[in-house]
Amino acid sequence: MTTQRKTEGTNEVPMLEVRNLHVNLDGREILKGLDLAVNKGEVHAIMGPNGSGKSTLAYVMAGKPGYEATEGQILLDGENLLDMEPDQRAAKGLFLAFQYPLEIPGVATMTFLRTALNAQRKARGQGEMSTPEFLKLVRETAGKLEIDQDMLRRGVNVGFSGGEKKRNEILQMALLQPRLAVLDETDSGLDIDALKIVADGVNRLRSPERAMVVITHYQRLLNHIVPDVVHVLSRGRIVKTGGKELAFELEAKGYAEFQDEAALTP
Amino acid sequence: MNAEVRSMKTTAEQALAEAFAAARATLPGDSRVLALREAAFGQFDALGLPHRRIEEWKYTDLRALMREARPIAGAPDAAAKARAAKAGALAGDIDARRVVFVDGTFVPELSDLGDLSAGLTIRSMAQALAGGDLLLAAHLGQVLPPEREGVVALNTALMRDGALIHVARGATLERPIHLVFAATGSKPASVFTRSLVVIEQGARAMLVESHDAAGAHQVNNAIEIAVGDEAHVDHIKIVDGPDDLLHVSTLMAAIGARARFNDFSFNIGGGVVRNQLFVRFDGEGTLAGIRGASLLKGKQHVDTTLVADHKAGGCQSREVFACVLDGESRGVFQGKIIVRPHAQQTDAKMMTRALLLSNEAEADNKPELEIFADDVQCGHGATSGALDQDIKFYLMARGIPEPEAEALLVQAFVGEAIEGIEHAGLRDALIGEVVAWLQARSGG
Repeated sequence: MTTQRKTEGTNEVPMLEVRNLHVNLDGREILKGLDLAVNKGEVHAIMGPNGSGKSTLAYVMAGKPGYEATEGQILLDGENLLDMEPDQRAAKGLFLAFQYPLEIPGVATMTFLRTALNAQRKARGQGEMSTPEFLKLVRETAGKLEIDQDMLRRGVNVGFSGGEKKRNEILQMALLQPRLAVLDETDSGLDIDALKIVADGVNRLRSPERAMVVITHYQRLLNHIVPDVVHVLSRGRIVKTGGKELAFELEAKGYAEFQDEAALTP
Repeated sequence: MNAEVRSMKTTAEQALAEAFAAARATLPGDSRVLALREAAFGQFDALGLPHRRIEEWKYTDLRALMREARPIAGAPDAAAKARAAKAGALAGDIDARRVVFVDGTFVPELSDLGDLSAGLTIRSMAQALAGGDLLLAAHLGQVLPPEREGVVALNTALMRDGALIHVARGATLERPIHLVFAATGSKPASVFTRSLVVIEQGARAMLVESHDAAGAHQVNNAIEIAVGDEAHVDHIKIVDGPDDLLHVSTLMAAIGARARFNDFSFNIGGGVVRNQLFVRFDGEGTLAGIRGASLLKGKQHVDTTLVADHKAGGCQSREVFACVLDGESRGVFQGKIIVRPHAQQTDAKMMTRALLLSNEAEADNKPELEIFADDVQCGHGATSGALDQDIKFYLMARGIPEPEAEALLVQAFVGEAIEGIEHAGLRDALIGEVVAWLQARSGG
């Protein structure tokens, strides 16, 4: 097993540790030696300009085919996710809230949720959840996210608005109770009311036992989901790390400075 | 010229000619029936087994696929009957009246012909042919496919048994009729079954046909259905069998005015399967759903050939076919919608989709429209492709292992067609078969 590095200033072993990650997509290197450590209980924001590699980071963590890690590791509780299939990663406690959730015609949302939940339970050696227990859990969780029952009977995300799709992502996250949630541009396409519902849903899931990585281009989402740490990703690397005030700085000044910085330190 | 034609006969064609010559005297029916058989065999003899140079058989070259003709099946023995006891299980445990045929012969002791509801008559075709039957005389051969259909001609020549069903005007059958065809003889044989179903005006009936086989049999099955005005008929056909089974089946339906006709074909087994559907709209204002799903693996070859012939106007037909192909299987769909010159206001839409689970599988889709009227709404669509990898990743990212993710997507794919079955029990049974097929596929 790999050795575990301790983060500065704490005695904790980070829940998530990304080490020197290099990722190619279609033969082009997108991530160029990315390092990141996130402790349990923390919410980290990753901000960066378009094309800096934010979504690539999200996808390579979840194991999307085509995203090839040529070097480095992604350790979740000390285990390298890169050695696992996407479903095994999910069973380990990783959840990716998609920027563009997919539509699955013919698979009812309820069936999807139930299959996913039971598959994860099975992978962890737990028994299936009983039908009444499951239905109650879904009803309650969906209610808080203002998702009506009719939507749950329809095909996954089929005919859903952008906001409904994002709420459906948070519903899945709430049901699956991941250890580590990666939210990829969860604010994109949301109006302010929908943003609030989604952010409230995420905030309810904040817990000392759970970590979150919030990927966003804009600071707006971070008014609602207040991060503990903010990183700036530019040209495939983390180029600056700071507190939540860094997000405001970026909002005011834009990313130009970091793009230059990254350009100067190839 | 004649000599030349004869010299080109295949082994199978020669064997069929010999079999007909030997069997003609013992096949059921009086001299009129014999004349019908002789004429039909003459027609077959002139055409021969269909081959790839005949457009309708381009993808299913029966002459090449049927190297030899099996001897005609005799009456079933006790072992064949015992093996047939479980036949028809694919239809699930629906409460239906079973009418069982083993190796092409009606088996009363396995059938349930007691307590027929008012307006329902069921007879063995062999008995009706032998003893004469007014219904038969009036209807047999009246719902025929387009010309030059050799396999139907062969069926007419050699038909031994089947069901003769009559549902009287206005009668409603509470229980579906389940025609169970089992080819379970221990020696490979050819089986020729022929059924005729007449549903009179305003009657309501559901008919399930299931075909099971054990062994390398050759089945040629045909059914004629006459649907009266305002009648409501569901017909579901299920085909299963081993990889060395050859199954050719023809549905010929003629539908009256303001009727409802709901047809579903489910193919899950058999080495070479040709499923022909000829549906003719004879009266105005009818609604029809003609759907099907096929699941193929190994080297299976399944061909669905459909002709929806709108002779009368104002009818609506929906054709939806889904085919899932794994291994080195080959799926063929040929669908033709014909709208005759006076069939104005026809609304016909056909959709056929193939899902390829393996790089070695092949799907051939040939949808056609032949429209001779000017005020119609007709359309067709055909797609074929692999599972959407992005969607599969989405499912896997939620913790669903790959085989389960694929199973969920395949179920969704065939579900669209299966949802068209009105009977909930049968629908669930077929969905159960899809699940079992998928589990077998992933070795689970």
